[in-house]
Amino acid sequence: MIPVSAGMTENMELKEKLVSSFMAFENMVDIDSPVHDIRTEAIKHFEVEGFPTKRQEAWKYTSLNSVLKHDYSVFPKHEEALEFKDVKRYFIHDIDSYQIVFIDGKYSSHLSQTTHDGIDVCLMSAALTKPKYRLIIENYFNKIATKDGLSSLNTAFSAEGAYIHIPKNKLVEKPIQILHFSTGNEAALMLQPRNLIVVDENSYVQIIERHQSLTDNPVLTNSVTEVFTNKRAIVDYYKIQNDRETASLIDNTFINQNRESIAKVHTFSFGGKLIRNNLNFFQNGERIDSTMKGITIIGNKQHVDHNTLVHHIEPNCESHQDYKGIFDDSSTGVFNGKVIVEKEAQKTNAYQANNNILVSDKASINTKPQLEIFADDVKCSHGCTIGQLDDSAMFYLRSRGIPEKEARALLMFAFSNNVLDSVKIPEIKNRITKIIANKLGVNIGFDL
Amino acid sequence: MLKIKNLHASVDDKAILKGIDLHVKPGEVHAIMGPNGSGKSTLAAVVAGKEEYEVEEGEILLDGENIDELGPEERAHKGVFMSFQYPVEIPGVSVTNFMKTSINETRKAKGLEDMPANEMLKMIREKSEMLEIDRKFLSRSLNEGFSGGEKKRNEIFQMAMLEPKLAILDETDSGLDIDALRIVANGVNKLKSKDNAVIIITHYQRLLDYIVPDYVHVLMDGKIVKSGDKQLAHKLEAKGYDWIKEEVGV
Repeated sequence: MIPVSAGMTENMELKEKLVSSFMAFENMVDIDSPVHDIRTEAIKHFEVEGFPTKRQEAWKYTSLNSVLKHDYSVFPKHEEALEFKDVKRYFIHDIDSYQIVFIDGKYSSHLSQTTHDGIDVCLMSAALTKPKYRLIIENYFNKIATKDGLSSLNTAFSAEGAYIHIPKNKLVEKPIQILHFSTGNEAALMLQPRNLIVVDENSYVQIIERHQSLTDNPVLTNSVTEVFTNKRAIVDYYKIQNDRETASLIDNTFINQNRESIAKVHTFSFGGKLIRNNLNFFQNGERIDSTMKGITIIGNKQHVDHNTLVHHIEPNCESHQDYKGIFDDSSTGVFNGKVIVEKEAQKTNAYQANNNILVSDKASINTKPQLEIFADDVKCSHGCTIGQLDDSAMFYLRSRGIPEKEARALLMFAFSNNVLDSVKIPEIKNRITKIIANKLGVNIGFDL
Repeated sequence: MLKIKNLHASVDDKAILKGIDLHVKPGEVHAIMGPNGSGKSTLAAVVAGKEEYEVEEGEILLDGENIDELGPEERAHKGVFMSFQYPVEIPGVSVTNFMKTSINETRKAKGLEDMPANEMLKMIREKSEMLEIDRKFLSRSLNEGFSGGEKKRNEIFQMAMLEPKLAILDETDSGLDIDALRIVANGVNKLKSKDNAVIIITHYQRLLDYIVPDYVHVLMDGKIVKSGDKQLAHKLEAKGYDWIKEEVGV
């Protein structure tokens, strides 16, 4: 008899539950649509793949056992309304924006501001069912999401999320905020939001995404976002991860870029129990620019894992990665940055940096650059550092009257703030600096 | 103001200060000179509160209060300032923001409100002009890529902003050309009053041409072996330290 570890049984239980829930799910969606064939295929993939385990190379330092042990509700029973004033602080509320808001996975028209005026900023549920979106769905839906267990699970249950289509030559001035609230109506809740963002030639859009739990009931979000950045389009994407320490997030984002497009993703990770960011860029064209930057500041037993992939397929493209991490208490971090440069991708310029500070003896970070270069005329650089706060700098600041806690916060902020240089929306910059000050327990302005 | 009594201090169990006595009164300028490794910088760091140094014996009194157990920031709040021999580079923190944080944290410790922004800007303008510091310089990261002279001028700028009761200048003259030396000395002289005091730690007499000391002390092997007036500095400049070694038998 083969001994089965406790973790495995828990994974199996949740897996069984999800697979058997699929039949109930089929009663709620149109099973005759072509999308449903994709879902049916995906649930089979999930049945085979299951949840990832530490035995897989890409999950060596992140165990999902502690988040998979809950008996999650897959379909929340009743709908909950929220008042804007009660959740206002989770919005970037000092800017004019479109908003797509979900409460326990259900769309909240009350809190949302969508549009069909020249651009489509609306719901995945509408896009998956209405004929006018059929062509876009056929061309783009599930075309770049990988077939791993978690993405397949999301695809199988894909029904709701944000749908954004920007036709060509549109400069979308108002950023689009995508917010997911969970209310705690369920003892434990699992969410599978599915977003599709298609930005056509010469268009520009800014997106802000946030997941927020309002109680301490466990929440697990397994999100999939597909982004298509067509010729010369620009996408500026901000992910604000500052959830409660009972909420976990697996963010699977796939970005396909066509020639001369620019895609930037900034990920700010301060909260949550466990966060795994699977961020994938596929460069299908020349002169593409991909940027991914992040600030991670965590403590207690929090865990944040950044798993990035840039696939350089064609010549004359660039990628820039810059991730800063500060780890206190018993928190753990992972950075795994994979860069593939195909044989045809000559003159690639790929830059990767991951710098970390361990504030406590019990904190740890595993950082691993993974470069697979098949072209011979490329510039690829990578560097990772792990250090402590500089004692002489601490003494210098303190000798000028800045108390220890504030001095430490100032140094930590200074360590990470160049990531904010490329943030184009000042209100986001302000919000992030406030969250950082709050996280570090100080009341000083970092207006540097 | 400052009374150091029989101070013994060590770092990593190595004794560096071996019984220092020093009494500095308001309005006075004291110079501490001595060969390399005699303990001059250690004395400055111990008074400023650097934690790597262990006070084994004796006490440091500021206005009668023993400050030995206080952290560096608390000493700063009480008016102690040290100009660093090697100011630390801190990328990502601008000079202005650093000064703002420093002043407001000091005010907070005294139960005062933050300094109003316009008042702060005015003060920054005045003090930077006094030290002939370019405005552009103030938005740069603290000490990052500054020349030796710029770093030292920036230290005196901080001193001017914080208006300390006791300023310890640790080899502020090293790395300064003659023009910068004059600017720095000028700044220090303008800040001098009957209520504050300055301790100048230096190898050379040249800074003392500009900031005239009331007392000159010679530190050797962790002890003050000779004290005198400004003539002592001239004698040291001309004759070196060997004659003192012979005289006191070190």
